[in-house]
Amino acid sequence: MDVGILSYGLYVPRRRLQRNSIYQTNRWYAPGLGGLAKGEKAISNWDEDPVTMAVEAGRYCMDGIDRRLVESISLASTTLPFADRSNAGIVKEALNLSDNVMSADCTGSLRAGTSSLMHALQNSAMALCLAADRRKSKVGSTEEMNYGDASAAVLAGSGEVIAKFLGGYSKSIDFVDHYRETGADFDYAWEARFVRDEGYQKILGSAIGAALEKLGISAAAVDHAVISVPVRGVPQKLAAVAGIAPEAVADSHMATVGDTGVSHPMLMLAMTLQNAKPGEKVLLASFGQGADVMVFETTQHLPAVNQRQAHFIQPGLADTNYSRYLFHRGLLDIDKGMRAELDEKQPGTSLARDRKTVLGLIGGKCSESGIVQFPKTDLPVNTLSRATGTFEDYPLADRVAKVLSYTADRLAYSPDPPSYYGMIDFNGGGRMVAEFADIEEGEAEVGREMRMVFRIKAFDTLRGFRKYFWKAIPVQRGGS
Amino acid sequence: MTSGIKDKVAILGMGCARFGERWDTDADGLMVEAFEEAIADAGIEVAQLEAAWLGVGFDAQSTGPSGIPAAVALRLPDIGVTKVENYCASGTESLRGAVYAVASGAADIALAIGVEKLKDTGYGGLPTRTRGSRWDMIGVTGSAPGNFAQLASAYGAKHGIGPSDLKRAMAHVSVKSHANGAKNPKAHLRNLIDIDKALNAPLIAEPLGLFDCCGVSDGAACAIVTTPEIARALGKTDIVAIKAMQVVSSNGWEMQSDQWDGSYLHTTRVAATKAYKEAGITDPRNQLSLTEVHDCFSITELITMEDLFISQEGQGWKDVLDGLFDADGRVPCQIDGGLKCFGHPIGASGLRMVYENYLQLLGRAGERQRQDSPTFCLSHNLGGMPSQNVSSVSIIGPLGV
Repeated sequence: MDVGILSYGLYVPRRRLQRNSIYQTNRWYAPGLGGLAKGEKAISNWDEDPVTMAVEAGRYCMDGIDRRLVESISLASTTLPFADRSNAGIVKEALNLSDNVMSADCTGSLRAGTSSLMHALQNSAMALCLAADRRKSKVGSTEEMNYGDASAAVLAGSGEVIAKFLGGYSKSIDFVDHYRETGADFDYAWEARFVRDEGYQKILGSAIGAALEKLGISAAAVDHAVISVPVRGVPQKLAAVAGIAPEAVADSHMATVGDTGVSHPMLMLAMTLQNAKPGEKVLLASFGQGADVMVFETTQHLPAVNQRQAHFIQPGLADTNYSRYLFHRGLLDIDKGMRAELDEKQPGTSLARDRKTVLGLIGGKCSESGIVQFPKTDLPVNTLSRATGTFEDYPLADRVAKVLSYTADRLAYSPDPPSYYGMIDFNGGGRMVAEFADIEEGEAEVGREMRMVFRIKAFDTLRGFRKYFWKAIPVQRGGS
Repeated sequence: MTSGIKDKVAILGMGCARFGERWDTDADGLMVEAFEEAIADAGIEVAQLEAAWLGVGFDAQSTGPSGIPAAVALRLPDIGVTKVENYCASGTESLRGAVYAVASGAADIALAIGVEKLKDTGYGGLPTRTRGSRWDMIGVTGSAPGNFAQLASAYGAKHGIGPSDLKRAMAHVSVKSHANGAKNPKAHLRNLIDIDKALNAPLIAEPLGLFDCCGVSDGAACAIVTTPEIARALGKTDIVAIKAMQVVSSNGWEMQSDQWDGSYLHTTRVAATKAYKEAGITDPRNQLSLTEVHDCFSITELITMEDLFISQEGQGWKDVLDGLFDADGRVPCQIDGGLKCFGHPIGASGLRMVYENYLQLLGRAGERQRQDSPTFCLSHNLGGMPSQNVSSVSIIGPLGV
């Protein structure tokens, strides 16, 4: 049975910060950034992090696939929120995967995503490989202009693969083009010209050539070269050196999404697959203290998955609010007011008890009355029989809901005011009062269809913890 | 079948502190202010009190836990003091405790006092707080205006009322309450506003603007209750009696079943139905003389008029605009200024409402006095949020009516 990619998913946050709005604020200090002040980059909201973004890409990836079949889950990132609490394990709860899956966090290099994917492809188990990054960058830096936020997912396994894994090649070299010590906020990067010549060209370039040679694939046969290097012209140069046709070089999406760190190779792969046809060879190359190169061949199963994934790709929304972006990155100390002083301490005991309710948005369906309720309780609402324990697990996260009532609250503290919330009714039963995420003025209305997204509910800044829960966002929206 | 509370308990005396931003005093001082007025009105000695109930909403900053703060502040005579908390119905709950004690014969004379010291919070609006470990993980930490603003969205959508029509009706509610509050020397907010000021105020929680929200105040109110027989024996002639006291708590039906549509207060409807039955009222729109309802927000008052069956469902906003509830209307509402302008010290509010109705029944309301003789006077509290709340409906009136 073929081993390869069974599905993919990608999540790009809706807001797209216009690079010129960064530049206009900082040009007094860093006029040299003018050359980068073009296009836009995807920025996650205050309540997103690599865990929540990975959940979203994972949900897309698993659309139409039985989640009970997943045997392992990995989350690759250099910005994992927890140093000691399985981040992949949180995603596993949000995706309601079986308690019997293996889970692993992969970090330490921008190559962490492709390395975990390569590991997965070396056996036939169904493995959900996720990558997400949300990197901080100093105000007025090149990184600030370049870095974007996104996540990507690849489901590896055997059977009806959409892209057969033809083989891979890896190199590990402690080449320090940039680094970030554990606990540090910002990258420290060496001169771009040095990285280009000694890193991309020597290490990645030679790895591409070596991979093709090892696999016995001619460079001319490569239809799509996904070379994840966020520097204009470099992928083209590497492709040319390897003998890959220029038109095969995949778009880096730097102009619209930005350099999304660990997720970037898989994001580019997902976007490439979206536009690929069956029977094409796809080369994936990533760089970071070495290189990973993999080659795939797409199959006749690709179009069906592409069709499923297409409707998850929603247009972005142009954003020029640079100070909000800084605030959401913790780079601007806005006066939050006394209402923000609420103690958000999370008892470990209650999180353990209500793990499925909170992280999985699992409600209950009463085996006697058929009513759906969130959260589950000992006695169901509208109980007639007074029987307890009649609720069976009933996942609500993937059900569409309609707004029954809402408000835009300017009194309650929110890092993205006003705070939208309201009561929503799920199709098929069940209701809750939910926060609305990623919603702009004029987008909330009674009767509007909403879908649930996994987000940060609150930060416990006193103890260094973040609480996750589900919020509602409009299903269909335009962009700009 | 229960015989109800009607005419079993009389109000012997009442008192109410001046509401407002009382930077000058704390919860103890506010309680003393209300209590001294009530004990003088009752014409009894403190030693005659046999039991007491204290209503406080946010005890952490107002008084601390237990009934002890009232016993200490008022130097009560070694009696049981029970602290009750039931959101914004806490004041009414303290009265219910005292009334039930007298009705049961457990006490001849009992005290109900409610207090709140909110202006030690440091910011406007009610304090933010947690609601238990499970809720804190899955609930929305919104604000009171945000919770109640949702009523407007669902009410408007259900009845097809355009946002500007509803906003105007809501503004009318607040303009009326300011006009009433201006005549009340104990009210927190005594300024007049016009409709444009209300309509153009900054938004607090869409669609509620600043003037759609009640005052957050410090204050205390107090009632001393006894049996009608003892009241007479103590020389009282115009005896004001309890006609009905009903409290209904949500059991999760609104929040967790899919039957509630978000446009009304289920608990208020049930409490009103029970209270009218208890008081012997069959036609509230024509039998009620005065109402003091829980106008925490203008939309709440408007919808409450329907939930109390004074207005037809979906027609309350028109009755508001027609002036039915104005001071010179047929069924005046918040003739003392209401929560909107008298202010809303949570634990005191239920008793403050009864205080105004009591004054009106005795002809002691000064500039605000209704000229026709009031009979049934209703007060209503609503605590929590529309999707999960406690509602109370109390009715007082002349003994024997």
